[in-house]
Amino acid sequence: MSMPFGYASPEQIMRDRAEYARKGIARGRSVVVMQYADGILFVAPNPSKALHKISEIYDRIGFAAVGRYNEFESLRLAGIRYADLNGYSFNRSDVTGRGLANLYAQHLGMIFTESIKALEVEIVVAEVGESPQEDQIYRLTFDGSVFDEQGMAVIGGQAEAVGGRLKEHYREALPLPRALDAALNALTEPGGERPPATQLEVAVLDRGREHRKFLRLTGPRLERLLAEAASEAPQPPAAEAPGTGASGDTGDTGDTGDEAPTAPDGDIDTGSGE
Amino acid sequence: MASQPAWMNSLFTYTGSPSFTEFLGAYAPDLLPTRAEALAAPVGDQIPHATTIVAATCAGGVVMAGDRRATSGNMISQRDMEKVFRADDYSCMGIAGTASTGIELARLFQVELEHYEKNEGRSLSTEGKAHRLATMIRGNLAMAMQGLVVVPLFAAYDADRDAGRIFSYDVGGGPYETQNFHSIGSGSIFARGALKKLYREGASPQDTVLACVNALYDAADDDSATGGPDVTRKIWPVVAVITADGFRRLPDDEVAEFVQSMLEVRMADPDGPTAPLR
Repeated sequence: MSMPFGYASPEQIMRDRAEYARKGIARGRSVVVMQYADGILFVAPNPSKALHKISEIYDRIGFAAVGRYNEFESLRLAGIRYADLNGYSFNRSDVTGRGLANLYAQHLGMIFTESIKALEVEIVVAEVGESPQEDQIYRLTFDGSVFDEQGMAVIGGQAEAVGGRLKEHYREALPLPRALDAALNALTEPGGERPPATQLEVAVLDRGREHRKFLRLTGPRLERLLAEAASEAPQPPAAEAPGTGASGDTGDTGDTGDEAPTAPDGDIDTGSGE
Repeated sequence: MASQPAWMNSLFTYTGSPSFTEFLGAYAPDLLPTRAEALAAPVGDQIPHATTIVAATCAGGVVMAGDRRATSGNMISQRDMEKVFRADDYSCMGIAGTASTGIELARLFQVELEHYEKNEGRSLSTEGKAHRLATMIRGNLAMAMQGLVVVPLFAAYDADRDAGRIFSYDVGGGPYETQNFHSIGSGSIFARGALKKLYREGASPQDTVLACVNALYDAADDDSATGGPDVTRKIWPVVAVITADGFRRLPDDEVAEFVQSMLEVRMADPDGPTAPLR
């Protein structure tokens, strides 16, 4: 039996759509979201001061995205509307990251199955809790799948490679400079140079803050933190110029050998299905 | 996208202004505090009213203070009511008039400012905030005519000027920027009279707090709807100070010290400090 002209099987359509979305998402740079001692840290290489990849949704909820700017920007605005609406009609404490992740999942999934083109985005919804155990990091892919991440998530770009490097350096409850160091290490290719403060977008959800926990780290504050991070980077005993960034990449595991890695086991699911 | 539920549609595809109130009006108008239906009978006297608020600028900022009493007619309906609200990091509002409507308006105004800030990545200008509040008050005009009058007082630290600013309103909206100090509510005449004599331009925030606490005491002295400091129950006025460091509501024990030092003077001289004649 011959197929009618122009027929494509549903499997093929889905595969093509997914392939298209994956390609778009992998084109950009990665974004790292990870827990640190006082909350959740967001790091994104981003030369733009105006077009953010990381932003605040509500008191305890932050948002990070990669992919097409116009697409994730409309998701971000929808999230803010959802959160403000719920906070206004109920109470501020009734706005949860889980609810928001579900809303996004529903929308992404629907677009994926019903539109010609899936949204070329991958997003993270992170909520900081009263204690590290209550922190939540949700990663959502273009098809609406939700992943409840433990401790850290990497989206976009070479997510798998970055995730692998991050896992090597990730420890539970790292102080902020060291967490930033780990994130930058992961975002920098071995032997590469770390991006300067002007090329970085960094924000935290700090559980110690009042009212709104989200705080963008910019300007002198970020530079101080980066300097601290560079000085805290575990250096191999052989003297090497400080600030080369990737220097700790190889000698590091030996240096901190007494500290067993506490990163969650198993492969990091980067959403780029094999 | 036919199968998409309508509510979700407008969440994701709304392309209006970054104003939360406008979004709410298009999306869930029944949640707005200002409604158009006419009441069967004016209810103004039967529901609680909030009373006196004072605000005064100080060196590098502004102070706002409010008494704690709410009244319905001749009854005291609440002794520890809060009517000075943090609007955002650098501004606050106090309300006089119908308490329920005022509280709802304050809540909406808080979300409004934050919504704009998150949408646009910057805060509204001080004038922008004052104008938004005017629009909300104007929206309540129909209810005000039925007795549900609410009038706010808005105070903010303006980073561009490095100074505090005060805006007042009437039932039709506003804003009217006022210099140095202002007061609203039933005791406002007495409070403003007191502030006129006690206000010192460029005084420290501490001195200005003391002047405001004195003004509230004078208002409570002559207006039955304004509550004085309740020494036995330890209920003190709500005092907020806004400077370059942001909004700060003074904790109770700090306000208690100001009240105590004022009461000591009043024990000797019940009418309080006097202004020099020349």
